[in-house]
Amino acid sequence: MDSQFQFDWQAAINSIPYLAKGIPYTLMISFGGLVIGFVLGIIFGLLSINKKWYLRWPATAYIEIFRGTPILVQVLFIFYGLPDLIGGPIDPITAGIAAIALNSGAYISEVVRGGVQSIDKGQSEAGLSLGLSRTQTFWSIIWPQAFRRMIPPLGNQGIVSIKDTSLFSVIGVGELVRQGQVYIANTFTAFEVYFVVAIMYLAITLSLSLILRLLERRGVASA
Amino acid sequence: MSQIVKIKGMNKYFGKLHVLKDIDLTVEQGEVVVIIGASGSGKSTLIRCVNGLEEYERGALEVDGFGLAPKGGNQKSLAEIRKEVGMVFQQFNLFPHLTVRKNIMLAPMKVKNTSEVVAKATAERLLERVGIGNQADKFPTQLSGGQQQRVAIARALAMEPKLMLFDEPTSALDPEMIGEVLDVMRELAKEGMTMMVVTHEMGFAREVADRVIYIHEGQIVEEGKPDDVFDNPQNERTQAFLSRVLAH
Repeated sequence: MDSQFQFDWQAAINSIPYLAKGIPYTLMISFGGLVIGFVLGIIFGLLSINKKWYLRWPATAYIEIFRGTPILVQVLFIFYGLPDLIGGPIDPITAGIAAIALNSGAYISEVVRGGVQSIDKGQSEAGLSLGLSRTQTFWSIIWPQAFRRMIPPLGNQGIVSIKDTSLFSVIGVGELVRQGQVYIANTFTAFEVYFVVAIMYLAITLSLSLILRLLERRGVASA
Repeated sequence: MSQIVKIKGMNKYFGKLHVLKDIDLTVEQGEVVVIIGASGSGKSTLIRCVNGLEEYERGALEVDGFGLAPKGGNQKSLAEIRKEVGMVFQQFNLFPHLTVRKNIMLAPMKVKNTSEVVAKATAERLLERVGIGNQADKFPTQLSGGQQQRVAIARALAMEPKLMLFDEPTSALDPEMIGEVLDVMRELAKEGMTMMVVTHEMGFAREVADRVIYIHEGQIVEEGKPDDVFDNPQNERTQAFLSRVLAH
């Protein structure tokens, strides 16, 4: 079959201002979700390696549940399901941030656990033998070394979460994909618009990669 | 009261393995006690019990008047004990994310709230003392093994310990670097530091030790002045061990 299709550059360029309105939502949900996810990841990651079973088990349960179910189901559950429980509607942006936070938090917990466990036992023994408390040993000796090793997998999770926000078009968040869908409904230029949408995601994720690479290089210089 | 370490009837298990059997040992202030024995005999485990890096199951332990109960008992004095006991490890265990100077400054600042200025001056003085005053701004991995171990000694000394534990301090070193570490330890002994040293360096043991202890399968089977233990060992286990290690 012979296709008459030609990429319409003008349509692509025309769509940019409208699509760009979605970028702040994409960024806000990713950033907000990841910051909370990082905090959750530190808390649950450390709890998951605690000696006390009653701290370890709930943490492991959280990690397995949110890693083992699709983020789309999670956000639908939060947006459509939770209001029944709390007796009031949840704003779609809040639902999106919550979903990213809970989902990335589970993955980041594993990153934290792996990072901390990768540090040689001799490091904490040295800290303890010098008289530092367990808490001091952890935060001034183990954590800085573990965090450096966590940067690459954290970068991965950041990129995954940024892309996951595209799913929130289904609950009506005006993020990049949603803006694209609305725009296409009026102009029927799906090819061009989704192309621009893809480029915009790429611009965001590449910027993150670049920042992380700089951060890593600074870390290596002092290691 | 010049006994700084008092160990009575200490027993320790790793699971079913009985690693320390009824250990009785006291260390006088200023004394250098060298502990020798085959690998797996329990000698490292013994000194690791002294600062609570290992817990023991039965017996009693007192360090500078602070009692440290067996596993499950009162461990409140552990923090006090660790402040007074320095330790040097086989693998150095320097903090790779900190400069040499900061490695030494960390504990005084965190544990004793020493000011940064004072901690820094102490670090530099100690680095001079162990002969690497010009390496303060480097990171540990930029130093040779011998230099790293000397930093580790300086780091422990910064807490002004009353007792120093050495857990095979030269075993991970290239042969040409062993001497420089032993020199620092020899100086330390001369200045009157109380030391418990686990080592395979028999020459050092003979020269520096006030007392040599031979451990076999978790038991102290021979104990005495270095010349007596090395030249005239009473126990046949000690004789066998010494003939193996002194043969070459």
